[in-house]
Amino acid sequence: MAKKMIDTPNLDELESGPWPSFVTGLKRLAKENDMMVDLMGQLETSYKDMKGYWKGGTVGVFGYGGGVIPRFTELKDENHQPLFPEAAEFHTLRIQPPAGMHYTSDLLRKMCDVWTATGGSGLIAFHGQSGDIMFQGVKTENVQKAFDELNEMGFDLGGAGPALRTSMSCVGAARCEHSCFDEAKALRTVINNNIDDMHRPSLPYKFKFKFSGCPNDCVNAIQRSDMATIGTWRDNIRVDEAQVQAYYKDHGMKGLVNDVISKCPTKAITLVASAEFKGGDKISAANLGDGNTMCIDNKNCVRCMHCLNVIPGGLRVGLDKGVTILVGGKGVLKIGATMGTVVIPFMKLESDEDFERLNELSRNIIDFFAENALEHERTGEMIDRIGLANFLEGMDLPVDPNMINAPRSNPYFRSDDWDEQVEKWNEYKQSSAA
Amino acid sequence: MAELRPPIESGAPDPMPYMHPVMVKNYGKWAFHSHPKPGVLYHRAESGDEIWTVKAGTARQMDHYTIRELADIADQYADGYVRFTARSNIEYMVADGSKVEPLIKALSEKGYPIGGTANSVSMIAHTQGFLHCDIPGTDASGVVKALMDELYDDFVKCEMPNRVKLSTSCCEINCGGQADIAIIVQHTKPPKINHDLVANVCERPSVVARCPVAAIRPALVNGKPSLEVDEKKCICCGACYPPCPPMQINDPEHSKIAIWVGGKNSNARSKPTFHKLVANGLPNRAPRWPEVAEVVKKILATYKEDGKPWERMIDWIDRIGWPAFFEKTGLPFTKYHIDNWRGGRYNLNASAHIRF
Repeated sequence: MAKKMIDTPNLDELESGPWPSFVTGLKRLAKENDMMVDLMGQLETSYKDMKGYWKGGTVGVFGYGGGVIPRFTELKDENHQPLFPEAAEFHTLRIQPPAGMHYTSDLLRKMCDVWTATGGSGLIAFHGQSGDIMFQGVKTENVQKAFDELNEMGFDLGGAGPALRTSMSCVGAARCEHSCFDEAKALRTVINNNIDDMHRPSLPYKFKFKFSGCPNDCVNAIQRSDMATIGTWRDNIRVDEAQVQAYYKDHGMKGLVNDVISKCPTKAITLVASAEFKGGDKISAANLGDGNTMCIDNKNCVRCMHCLNVIPGGLRVGLDKGVTILVGGKGVLKIGATMGTVVIPFMKLESDEDFERLNELSRNIIDFFAENALEHERTGEMIDRIGLANFLEGMDLPVDPNMINAPRSNPYFRSDDWDEQVEKWNEYKQSSAA
Repeated sequence: MAELRPPIESGAPDPMPYMHPVMVKNYGKWAFHSHPKPGVLYHRAESGDEIWTVKAGTARQMDHYTIRELADIADQYADGYVRFTARSNIEYMVADGSKVEPLIKALSEKGYPIGGTANSVSMIAHTQGFLHCDIPGTDASGVVKALMDELYDDFVKCEMPNRVKLSTSCCEINCGGQADIAIIVQHTKPPKINHDLVANVCERPSVVARCPVAAIRPALVNGKPSLEVDEKKCICCGACYPPCPPMQINDPEHSKIAIWVGGKNSNARSKPTFHKLVANGLPNRAPRWPEVAEVVKKILATYKEDGKPWERMIDWIDRIGWPAFFEKTGLPFTKYHIDNWRGGRYNLNASAHIRF
């Protein structure tokens, strides 16, 4: 212990300034942990040379095929010996957090205790970009020990490589009035029933699920997950007239017009004279108390959340809640970034049967992906290659105009079975009307 | 060898045992929220129960002393419960409004900035960089620390037209994600191939298949099986590097930083959007990345000045148009801003809609 600290003039620069510094943390660890002295040596070299010096490898725990991110140093001397031997191995354990990322202080401390007692560096990231708690920095010989202790505390490895990945859900029902379903239950249903695909990577490439309680999509599900579950509702926006009036009192007509009415993307909000207000099945209304009534045409509302965000509590999500499912969001590589595409415009997610349906859907999508995607191809790329219609057919999902921005504008297609498809549409319309 | 035990495949843990009891009690039954001041949220349940949240910035990768300090603050001032946000801010929840100010004081005294709520610039979502990535063109924690020092005021105040999300990625694969302003390394030179190693390290067909522009072909070099790159076709994306490290893409001099704006994950008002390129060729200059900070601050200042309430960065740009964005920020517009990737023509202006 107490290896001599290495000079780190570049890193030292990052200790000044008001934002909390990770370098100060690294230095504190280095005082009692030789691995961190050498880690700082390697990091400083990277800063000096502007080059990374890690390579991957294969390190895992017994029974699993993924979840540990191995890192070996590439900084070697002329005899191929590591320049910073104590940090020559610096692996990360990806650990799945509780859904919604809730912790007690005891749990945080216990995690710190385990990490330092089992040879870990003492460095932890809350959290990685896919939501894992990242226990950063452990030698190969201690990986199993560290995992075993965390595992016995009730925590499990996350995903890495061509596998189901750790999932994320927003704070949702725990603290948000916009929540349209039980996000934590949905996450745990889908992830824990498909956990074998996380622990034993055998998919064409990564597969991510994310769960957002409303269209504000606070965990970025549409852009960053292969299957996004987004909370929504299909009845009318609820109105708490007192709250709307309180907003109106504070912000006046100017605020209401400029910030609420004119920013509605589908112009679904109008002002009418209260004396002439008629109402209707699909109209939500708030009497402003000055002779005007604000009317929302729910038939034309796209559930974008803007007016609910501006008048929290005054305008609220409806009571007939459920989810919209989108498939195929991903980052760059082969075809550039893609967003998820709607494959189910609305489904209820309340009863056990509803959750079972979500579970089945997720299993079907993973299976279809496993069978049909090329190597290193994400779900969004697969859909690009085979077309959405083929994907829907494979999943036995009906087509719906909510899946498109606009119908086809290219006339080059073949439509021998047009009449059969029209028949399908008629059946779909009848079944959804029932 | 020590005895090995099979893992307990417990998956994602139940959050309920770690959740503040008021949040457990009112799970799914919240009615109202407000924003009493920067860094503080107030939520009221249908039952009338209340909870206050205090949000503080962290360095994301923390030593265990820092985590223990945050846990001690939770015990002393915040009922023993915390949660983390998707952008690595820590949130303390208290069921008693009188606990808010002492909590803020305790966090502030230890150097944790209070903010990140509503119309602030939140903590930068970021990747691993030099600390742990095998293909980083730069660091991430360092860029973020340097930038958050500069944007500190914008984190602790809520003076932007709407919330601003930032992200940093240390290569073009962009693990940092989409954001109002994204800071991403852009490689500018084709990979340098170490032909002595390719045959031993790389599965050549899978490297060939990985290239999005079909610029890589198998080749014999000095009598050994290797790969070659058609440098005219190569877009310097670096996708060949992970399956084949002898194709070195990182370059201390020619890895530059690009800035992208207008990404938005929320469906509010407009549909979700991807961020778009606005600046490129900025030097990747540790340890403070001053040129990057300058461009980011210029964009933020222009948005703050010109954006209207509730306009996210892309809403503002959609209103004023891209020519005005480049004019107001003073950023140069080049041929590289015109998308020529698959489907890129959909981004071109096929109308006479022009602002003069």
